[in-house]
Amino acid sequence: MNAEALVPLIILLVIIFVAGLWASRYMTSSTSFLQDYFLGGRSMGGFVLAMTMTATYGSASSFIGGPGVAYDKGLGWVLLAMSQVATGYFVLMVLGKKFAIVTRRYQSVTMVDFLKSRYQSVWVVILSAISIILFLFSLMAVQWIGGARLIESLTGLSYMSALFIFAVSVLVYVTIGGFRAVALTDAIQGTIMFIGTLILLIAVIIAGGGIPNIIADLQAENPNLITPYGPDRALSPTYVSSFWILVGVGVVALPQIAIRAMAYKSTRSMHRAIIIGTVVVGFIMLNMHLIGVFARPILPGIEVGDKVMPLIALEVMPAWLAGAVLAAPMAAIMSTVDSLLLLVSSSVIKDVYLNYINPRASNKTIKRMSIGMTALLGVIVFMMAIDPPQLIIWLNLFGFGGLEAVFLWPVIMGLYWKKGNKYGALTSMGVGFGLYVLSHYFYPNPFGLHTVVIPVVAGFIAYVVASLITVKKTGLATDI
Amino acid sequence: MHSNMPPKVDPRFKVAHKEAMIGVALVIFNFIWWFGFAYGLGKGDPADYQFVFGLPAWFFYSCVVGLVVMIVLVTFVVKVFFTDMSLEEEEEEHV
Repeated sequence: MNAEALVPLIILLVIIFVAGLWASRYMTSSTSFLQDYFLGGRSMGGFVLAMTMTATYGSASSFIGGPGVAYDKGLGWVLLAMSQVATGYFVLMVLGKKFAIVTRRYQSVTMVDFLKSRYQSVWVVILSAISIILFLFSLMAVQWIGGARLIESLTGLSYMSALFIFAVSVLVYVTIGGFRAVALTDAIQGTIMFIGTLILLIAVIIAGGGIPNIIADLQAENPNLITPYGPDRALSPTYVSSFWILVGVGVVALPQIAIRAMAYKSTRSMHRAIIIGTVVVGFIMLNMHLIGVFARPILPGIEVGDKVMPLIALEVMPAWLAGAVLAAPMAAIMSTVDSLLLLVSSSVIKDVYLNYINPRASNKTIKRMSIGMTALLGVIVFMMAIDPPQLIIWLNLFGFGGLEAVFLWPVIMGLYWKKGNKYGALTSMGVGFGLYVLSHYFYPNPFGLHTVVIPVVAGFIAYVVASLITVKKTGLATDI
Repeated sequence: MHSNMPPKVDPRFKVAHKEAMIGVALVIFNFIWWFGFAYGLGKGDPADYQFVFGLPAWFFYSCVVGLVVMIVLVTFVVKVFFTDMSLEEEEEEHV
């Protein structure tokens, strides 16, 4: 890759750096450090809220991996990816105003805080905190590796130096700026993702000689590429539809997404975010995956899926523009990593340290601990990314699905069903996670469904049954 | 059923519950549109496909038109049915 393409990438890093530092200026005047550092003082407006949700959700896997799979599978994979449009409106509508009101009432700073106040159970807190720390830490480590690989392939630097550049640029603004810096840089990164994919799609269509031409080429190569069923007709409607649970409605239960649903300023910002979010998620998903499919006739025979995006950008555009567009996946990775880092840190500080180790810590101690913990976690991830341990790879396999199986019903039912109680929540978490792991190893894709579906259904039944049996003992929840 | 009357319910929750149900309804509609056009129009032999703007008709209606329809619908629903309210703790707030 040549120097011309590097310039836009470096400009991106500098802009993000400056924005992060700028956001950190607000930190000094705060009265409650915790609310400010981990939630940005609940002050997000509509545009930033929509962008930070989109950017946090659209990670390396969807941005580098997604177009790569679409390149192999054809339009059927774009169809599958479009199930994610639902996340744009569903999360904010369903957690909605109720989550915002209740978490303000409880003064929750994390999703676990909400579960703690709702269920009044030590075990719910401990299990939730452990799941969040383990799963999100692994998800983050793998993203981190993706970020370094991308810099490596774009710049020709060694993996170590690339990792170092990536780590330093993310760590500085997250550590000192907290949530406000993360949300603000996410807004910039989300905008880059939106514009970058749009420009690249247009360039790919022009290079391919127009859409009818590209589709005809695909049809000539393998007619199944333009059907909803994939090249070997292996994508069944049941399987593709079950992604509506994994990457559509289930996203409600991802802690890094749910936390954003308690950090917005007013109902007006929420209303705006629903509309902007639907537009942005929809167009990014559609454009990005179409790029992958349309790249196939232009650059046939790419073996490694992750290289489709960088290669096609360099093929169809002048180098400086390709560099600017490739800032988009870089932005996607950074915006996911920064949110996960802050979330894991908040879980360690708020859910573990302040709950069980030192409940009476002063504001000053909390401040030192939070910043120190964020930095420390960053350093640990950095070391793990140098030579990823097996456990990380294993946990990452369960990432999204595992978190959804654990948290979906305790959060949703806890919010809307008075009879739901701690026994229901604990049973649901155990059944959901246990079944997910078992099914993954012994019976993946039961009835042609994605592995996550059965554990989510079983988790619901477990929640309802266990709550109904024990509701006499615990009584109804009074404050929801 | 349990006898003792629950304490007064926050009137804002009624609005919040209605809006959450709207979200569920929208996602069901979204799914039916997406599934219906994709597999309804896409199940035949690709040699017999109709094309719109160069894209196979199933894809055009399911994914492209589907997205536009959802954006219009979401915007309409939010502007017409969603209520502004205070999120802070206040007693005796009217809806």
